[in-house]
Amino acid sequence: MAQSILKEFNKGLWEQVPPFRLVLGLCPILAVTKSVENAVGMGLASTFVFVFSNLLVAMLRNIIPSKVRIAAYIIIIATFVTVVELVMQAYTYPLFLKLGIFIPLIVVNCIALGRAEAFASKNPPLASVADGLGMGIGYTISLAVVGALRESLGNGTLLGHTVFGPDFLPFRFMLEAPGAFVCLGLVLCVMNLIGKK
Amino acid sequence: MGDYIVLAISCILINNILLAQFLGNCPFLGTSKRMDTAVGMAMAVVFVIVLAGVITWITEIYLLKPLDIEYLRTLSFILIVASLVQFVEMFLKKSIPALYTGLGIFLPLITTNCAVLGVCLINIKEEYTFLETLVSSFTYSVGYGFALILFAGIRERIILARVLKPLQDTSIGLVTAGMIAICFFAFIGMV
Repeated sequence: MAQSILKEFNKGLWEQVPPFRLVLGLCPILAVTKSVENAVGMGLASTFVFVFSNLLVAMLRNIIPSKVRIAAYIIIIATFVTVVELVMQAYTYPLFLKLGIFIPLIVVNCIALGRAEAFASKNPPLASVADGLGMGIGYTISLAVVGALRESLGNGTLLGHTVFGPDFLPFRFMLEAPGAFVCLGLVLCVMNLIGKK
Repeated sequence: MGDYIVLAISCILINNILLAQFLGNCPFLGTSKRMDTAVGMAMAVVFVIVLAGVITWITEIYLLKPLDIEYLRTLSFILIVASLVQFVEMFLKKSIPALYTGLGIFLPLITTNCAVLGVCLINIKEEYTFLETLVSSFTYSVGYGFALILFAGIRERIILARVLKPLQDTSIGLVTAGMIAICFFAFIGMV
């Protein structure tokens, strides 16, 4: 039992890490990765939604009629997104402002709906929570990696600290929209190189 | 009138929903491998975004605001989008079968297209009037279709090129999207 739950948790960290292995949830990873701080904030908010929507979907999996299941999943996910939105508005207001419309847009993050449909609708609550937590942490790490690359190259800082010394000329391109696409494309390329051994 | 033209240009070219605001990237990479699917998706997106933009605006102004329940915005908007997509699908199937065969398979995909919900939320956030909402919804979605079709054209060519193995498919697609985004960058000084 414990073994299989650990397995569900682990697969989200590497084997099926969301934005790279399953190409899902690309919009936030392009939009909120200008700095590590934003990226991690977004990742944690998404993790919360994945875990609790998975839990609720798994608990209700025998009650929800299969014809209206997608609509039911969307309502469950939207409820938890609203919770995150209100909590962040109350306690981390500056971050809430920076992430802007991308917090309500967690609703349409394909990972949330994808995991509810592909995993939580067929598995018991505990395994589903492990799956959601694994996916969420994998997603957070991916966001943080892209965020670290863009912040360090584009601004010369990491979490506000200078990394390359005073003579470093920031590579501004990385912070702009085109840089986000190119950076993510190259990270995917590196992931393919490592993964295809 | 001039204001609306400025708004239209900024929505299509400068603040392009796909390349500058990063919304709707999953279907962008998913449906751009062939030109005909890209055109179908683009048309379906224009259709749904305009309808959804107008209906969510009305909901916000006449229902959520007077009752002071704006915290239900996310929940109600996603429900509107999802049911609208269902409704449009059924309507087209019954009354305009020709259009349905063209758009049919793309309609269910649109529910999870974050560009739809994104445009609705931007309209509210920018506090647009009804006419501005109409213009911005239409032009944002046209900008989405424009970028999607441009990208599909380039992607059809890339299939013929020899790309390094790890760079293939999504990876080279993202780098290409970056190049197109650079082209759109040139419009920034326009308005």
